[in-house]
Amino acid sequence: MCSFLEWRDLKIVYKRYASLYFCCAIEDQDNELITLEIIHRYVELLDKYFGSVCELDIIFNFEKAYFILDEFLLGGEVQETSKKNVLKAIEQADLLQEPRHEYFNVPVY
Amino acid sequence: MVVSSLKLHDLIEEIRGAKTQAQEREVIQKECAHIRASFRDGDPVQRHRQLAKLLYVHMLGYPAHFGQMECLKLIASPRFIDKRVGYLGAMLLLDERHDAHLLITNSIKNDLNHGIQPVQGLALCTLSTMGSAEMCRDLATEVEKLLLQPGPYVRKKAILAAVHMVRKVPELSDIFLPPCAKLLHEHHHGILLGTITLIMELCQRSPAALRHFQKVVPKLVQILRTLVTTGYSKEHGISGVSDPFLQVQILRLLRILGRNHEESSETMNDLLAQVATNTNTSRNAGSAVLFETVLTIMDIRSAAGLRVLAVNILGHFLLNSDKNIRYVALTSLLRLVQSDHSAVQRHRSTVVECLRETDASLSRRALELSLALVNSSNVQDMTKELQAFLKSCPPDLRADCASGILLAAERFAPTKRWHIDTILHVLTMAGTYVRDDAVANLTQLIGGAQELHAYSVRRLYHALARDISQQPLVQVATWCIGEYGDFLLENCEETEPLKVEEEEVLALLEKVLQSHMSLPATRGYALTALMKLSTRLQGDTNRIRQVVSIYGSCLDVELQQRAVEYNMLFQKYDHMRAAILEKMPLVEHSSPQADEKAKGSREVAPLSEDQALVPTEPQTSKLSDLLDLLDDTSGDTRQPPPLQPSPEGGVVHLLDLPSTPPPPASIPTLKVFEREGVRLNLSFTRPPGTPALLLITVTTTNSSEDDVTHFICQAAVPKSLQLQLQAPSGSTATARGGLPITQLFRILNPNKAPLRLKLRLTYNHFGQSVQEIFEVNNLPVETWQ
Repeated sequence: MCSFLEWRDLKIVYKRYASLYFCCAIEDQDNELITLEIIHRYVELLDKYFGSVCELDIIFNFEKAYFILDEFLLGGEVQETSKKNVLKAIEQADLLQEPRHEYFNVPVY
Repeated sequence: MVVSSLKLHDLIEEIRGAKTQAQEREVIQKECAHIRASFRDGDPVQRHRQLAKLLYVHMLGYPAHFGQMECLKLIASPRFIDKRVGYLGAMLLLDERHDAHLLITNSIKNDLNHGIQPVQGLALCTLSTMGSAEMCRDLATEVEKLLLQPGPYVRKKAILAAVHMVRKVPELSDIFLPPCAKLLHEHHHGILLGTITLIMELCQRSPAALRHFQKVVPKLVQILRTLVTTGYSKEHGISGVSDPFLQVQILRLLRILGRNHEESSETMNDLLAQVATNTNTSRNAGSAVLFETVLTIMDIRSAAGLRVLAVNILGHFLLNSDKNIRYVALTSLLRLVQSDHSAVQRHRSTVVECLRETDASLSRRALELSLALVNSSNVQDMTKELQAFLKSCPPDLRADCASGILLAAERFAPTKRWHIDTILHVLTMAGTYVRDDAVANLTQLIGGAQELHAYSVRRLYHALARDISQQPLVQVATWCIGEYGDFLLENCEETEPLKVEEEEVLALLEKVLQSHMSLPATRGYALTALMKLSTRLQGDTNRIRQVVSIYGSCLDVELQQRAVEYNMLFQKYDHMRAAILEKMPLVEHSSPQADEKAKGSREVAPLSEDQALVPTEPQTSKLSDLLDLLDDTSGDTRQPPPLQPSPEGGVVHLLDLPSTPPPPASIPTLKVFEREGVRLNLSFTRPPGTPALLLITVTTTNSSEDDVTHFICQAAVPKSLQLQLQAPSGSTATARGGLPITQLFRILNPNKAPLRLKLRLTYNHFGQSVQEIFEVNNLPVETWQ
């Protein structure tokens, strides 16, 4: 199946990973194929962070998923193309949080 | 009151454990009550936990607006965990439409100026996500400062924040334009990526910026070349392609800079060829870069050889097994089909193959491209393919496909017979999806092809006999059977000889008339067709009379009216029946794009006769011409006639009114007053266009030895009339027949009441002031009748 749909004046690019669909809406002039790479890069980042990410990881740590996304994309554009740099930034931010954060799952590396 | 509220984890578990919607709602409502209470009580330590729970609930779709103020408090807190969750809350809950969003501007400003790097990052991220125009204006200088800092972490975010600001407030381009050229010399990929995005935004918003940045094309070419040629670095690359994200962005910027600019296009020619040939396309990343390269080549002023290469690459893409790649290939070819038509034609067969795809997006694209590729040489093959597609395509594409085939047939049909066949085929297969004017087009086409009348009516009859559900087909078929029914009974060589009985024809029409699938319009067609057959067929007309009289009491008003009129035609006006039901003349109908003309209606014919008469009328009295035209156009009640056809007709006459006023029905001048050489004369004018208007010119002459000074003339008329006095030419009538005083009176007399006029004069003459009041007698009848 083709991964692209048209919706209003936008294009929707989606990629399926197990039971999850990752969808991204892009404008007319954007490259669909590179958007597929963006989605894949994000999933890779999640995978590296959570260690073999599964759906439950994302559900119970949704804020983390947002934080990781915010280190990869900014204002709708890619800000960092190095996986290493993104993960390093997240790591440092996590360290700044106070140790007494009992509601966050301690990530398993 | 301290209520032990759930931890986020536990809340999520409980929500997921709910078996029904109602249960879930209950859990959430209970928890939201806790959260609201906690917000009110203001426990600062737990606030971030509460907001996190609220954000989860918000993600599920439940209202969370009461958390907006808490975001502000958390952002202002010094703890990093608070800021992190607070900024996330701001991005999710606040947006431009709520006034509350402006309140975080100050916090963001503080964080940008004094925060540690991660905090600055959070602030920039929030600004880029939900920053409104006011916020952007307020924070522009802070972001500019951060652009010039050495550290790449904050710098790359500041650049993308600038991109957002330029999008929101284009005037800020002036601030962010100067640093760009220098930033291009950085090595950090994130900074380069952001800078290129920023330059793209600036160029798209201002042609001056575009010209300014055309000088960085060599630098961009160098960066891209380095990326492509130096070894693949695992850190930034994806499966053998170095940093595809950066490559794609550079190519996009090159496209913008090279468009319509010879010099830039030349600079990048070699590089584009290099990228096009060297990129490893075994995985999607390489295809993405190649795709962007092709788009760039097609958009700039590239060398001819390069363009051919690009189209060939797209052709390869079309044969790729990956559906996504085929999709983008079809999309790009569609964009190219206007400019490089012959190049795209070469891949026509592959495109047609794609029509057989099962995927919805792909088949849609293939359909659009196929329709664009139809030309006079391949129209027959393409139509065959498209008709095969029509049979099996998903419903949402049927309408487009049908109208596409009809349009292509209209433009490129080799013979009329083929054209009629094609339309017939389309109507049979997808009748309900065709546009409304397909019926009109087909009837006009058949009407025009005289030699094919017999053929058409037979084919239509057979089609109708098989299936009466497709309304456009039924309408066309019934119309044809009505018009050309006599051909049905003759032998026709072109189709298989089939004996069609009169009774069968009538039975079929009756079936259409009675079917519940027929629209009211269709039934109207059928009734009229039956009526026409009464003159075409040889047999007796009893059956038709019966039907017509039955429908005289039909509930549908339109049908009833027709039936009653036709009944009358049988009874009282039988002698006129043959003349009235004669074959229609060919309808005037230009290309399908014209839509103003009356569509295939009988009214057009008599109207054109009327308009032909008008130019021959004599030019003597323009007034009567005008009135005649008004009579003509109002007489035709059935349809408001279009005024523009045959422009030699009435329009010229309307405009051709003479510039000088026509000679008035001459009313004699009246002398109304004389005293010591001072004379007052009234002259009357009745302008032709306004029968209720009377213009009186009062002329005061002085033949005495002394001047008349301070002359004022006033007038009065009966109440039913309206009087308007215009300013006099002067108030002095010089002595011995000097310059007279003239004054104009306008009297409106719509009721044609008898005119009575009273005048009052005051003036100085021979040193004495004179006042005279008198009624004007002997007013001629023509002044008011």
